[in-house]
Amino acid sequence: MLALLFILFGAMAIGCALAVVAQRNPLYSAISLIGVFISLACLYVTLAAPFIAAVQVIVYAGAIMVLVVFVIMLLNVEEEEHRRPRLRFLVPAAVALAGVLIAEVAFILVTVQTSPVVPGSSTSDVGLTQSIGSALFTQYLLPFEITSILLLMAIVGAMTLARRGGLLPPRDQVKRNE
Amino acid sequence: MEPQLSWYLALSAVLFTIGMAGVIIKRNIIAMFMCIELMLNAVNLTFVAFASFFHDVTGQLFVFIVMTVAAAEAAVGLGIIIAIFRNRETLDVDEASILKF
Repeated sequence: MLALLFILFGAMAIGCALAVVAQRNPLYSAISLIGVFISLACLYVTLAAPFIAAVQVIVYAGAIMVLVVFVIMLLNVEEEEHRRPRLRFLVPAAVALAGVLIAEVAFILVTVQTSPVVPGSSTSDVGLTQSIGSALFTQYLLPFEITSILLLMAIVGAMTLARRGGLLPPRDQVKRNE
Repeated sequence: MEPQLSWYLALSAVLFTIGMAGVIIKRNIIAMFMCIELMLNAVNLTFVAFASFFHDVTGQLFVFIVMTVAAAEAAVGLGIIIAIFRNRETLDVDEASILKF
């Protein structure tokens, strides 16, 4: 049963990921990426991580992709024209390099067979919100605080970058302060 | 048959490779950004799989931090994209080649 769910959601994730790369319209790529996020959230539920699955849908599909779609609509992005790229063999080279990477990973996965046999069941105690919360606020308090400072920096940076007047204030405003 | 850990790692590797190929192939900067998010999600899947199979909550906690960092990066990155578009009127990364000699 779990194997069937894994094959279903894994195939959906790979299909939507291929659609992200193959589509020429960036809006269609964004919608395919939302499909990848939702299939990964379903995989997280089967891996005893319900909190992470909920956070994935809320943060990735609900906030980041909404921001990306806003930017696509704001900038009125059109389809990629079928122009020859600068490197003539860019697409075959990328596919060949991707094949090499998959071959390397397959080699590692086949030769190193020391994975534990007992998988975590979907109802284990690991992924509950309570256990994540108690670990986040006791043992990993420093990364949590640093992450909050990082979010503050990101907010200030994004507001400065996207301001209508540009990065620097105009010169008469600077002179008025003296 | 239960799905093994190597199945999840293989799926994560395939998703990461597809994202990497997308970053190389795509010419639109927003599409490249979306392929970077795909790579981040592949790594998230690896972390959650390890947390489940080794019964350790640290993996899922790190996924939480990675998601926060990805949200911050999305905000700043899209601000940069808007600033680039204001100056150039195009989102083609092949056009952003002033630093090439």
